[in-house]
Amino acid sequence: MCGIAGLFLKNRALEPQLGSMLADMLVVLSDRGPDSAGFAIYGGGSEKDVKVTLRTKGADHAKTIVAALETKFGALHPVYRFNHVVIVVQAAKYPALQAFLTEQHTDAEIVGAGSRMEIYKEIGLPAQVAERFDLARMSGTHAIGHTRMATESAVTTKGAHPFSTGTDQCLVHNGSLSNHNGLRRELKRNGIAFSTDNDSEVAAGYLAWRISEGATLKQALTQGLKDLDGFYTFVVGTESCKPAVMAETDDYVAFGSEYRALAGLPGIEVARVFEPEPATVYAWERA
Amino acid sequence: MPTFDLSVEPLRELNAALHQLPSDTNETHWVIAHPNGKHAIACGLDKPITVEINGHVGYYCGGMNQLANIIVAGNAGVGVAENMMSGAIHIKGDASQSAGATGHGGLLVIDGNASARCGISMKGIDIVVKGSIGPMSAFMAQAGNLVVLGDAGEALGDSIYEARLFVRGSVASLGADCIEKEMSAEDRAALDSVIAKAALDVSASEFKFYGSARRLYHFHVDNVDAY
Repeated sequence: MCGIAGLFLKNRALEPQLGSMLADMLVVLSDRGPDSAGFAIYGGGSEKDVKVTLRTKGADHAKTIVAALETKFGALHPVYRFNHVVIVVQAAKYPALQAFLTEQHTDAEIVGAGSRMEIYKEIGLPAQVAERFDLARMSGTHAIGHTRMATESAVTTKGAHPFSTGTDQCLVHNGSLSNHNGLRRELKRNGIAFSTDNDSEVAAGYLAWRISEGATLKQALTQGLKDLDGFYTFVVGTESCKPAVMAETDDYVAFGSEYRALAGLPGIEVARVFEPEPATVYAWERA
Repeated sequence: MPTFDLSVEPLRELNAALHQLPSDTNETHWVIAHPNGKHAIACGLDKPITVEINGHVGYYCGGMNQLANIIVAGNAGVGVAENMMSGAIHIKGDASQSAGATGHGGLLVIDGNASARCGISMKGIDIVVKGSIGPMSAFMAQAGNLVVLGDAGEALGDSIYEARLFVRGSVASLGADCIEKEMSAEDRAALDSVIAKAALDVSASEFKFYGSARRLYHFHVDNVDAY
């Protein structure tokens, strides 16, 4: 089943509350997805740097890895959250850092990278996952989240959403894809790497490939309607058929698998609440 | 007039209280506050009472309803009035997928739009949608009347048996075995009756009528080799 939630703030005054608003939405969606949960949050950052979210085996492992990386790449300003650590590296040094992590077999996985995006995901109830990463105290401009009820592959952290689709981009998915095996083979031939048997990772890889070929996100999603077989609603975070409800006010645009996830948001009583049309791509950009 | 606030009182207690009402109850008008999209609100009612719900409801609101009159001042989630037997349900906002699914009787009125599969497998219910309906509506519909004042999405009435579909606006496409038909006196009387019951300010002559071509569920001798 899965639950997906997205929140895009228009009113800057709400930014410090972004994490707590998303945490409440994910907890409500627990019974749609009790296996695992994850979220991507877009906070502060600089164009000159790359913010890298690494998933490690635990806090001590994270510290060892950061120490090794700092010897080679200089100060990385690590922020530790449970078994994840977010580091900031100069954009020019990022490819070398990626290569170093692979070559040294550090067992640290890059969950996502971008100038502002941080991605966290873990197995467990959404409330536990939000608590471990202290989501409620995170601030930012927009965020997407996912609660998982696995159907296509194992319950593992790697199989939890969001999946990174490229720099500052990630995807959450509710539904299932029927042609993911064939598509995965094709994408591998085009140089896209996969680390799970998960169908949603294929959708993420597909979008990353389309974008690398020059498509905009909206074009990539529109082409995806033709190439991705199955039933799905995607929420993609960047700088849709399963049921979904959207709410828009002057302060935010929110998205949830069902209305319950939105019921706790401020001003929801007067929000414009609507269902997205099937096979239609919706996109918002910050002015 | 009993009132119930679902932001403080548990939903199970509300449904239990409604189920326990005797047939001759004097508590005939209930008001529910803060439904907050909760699922299965006012399901399985079987007494002639009125339940007003002030806010948006989640999945399966008013499911299996018999006799009760349920009014939702908000939107409804998936499967509102699912398998309704009798009574009436009025949604003042929009309804999500599968509104009135498998309904046997009663009247479902949606003031806004209804999304995909409205009236799927309907078996005698009357459904009025004042806005438009989504794709695959009246899929495998068997009996009853679906009256749409707006437009219908793709594949209206796919694999339909014998329900009547009346659409005032455009139809994106018709599903397998669903065709536009001449409105007979009997069909028109059925439409007039729904218009009257729902107190609609429209005339039967504004609607086009769709129903089954009856090619799909009757055996045809040309197909004998297929068996």
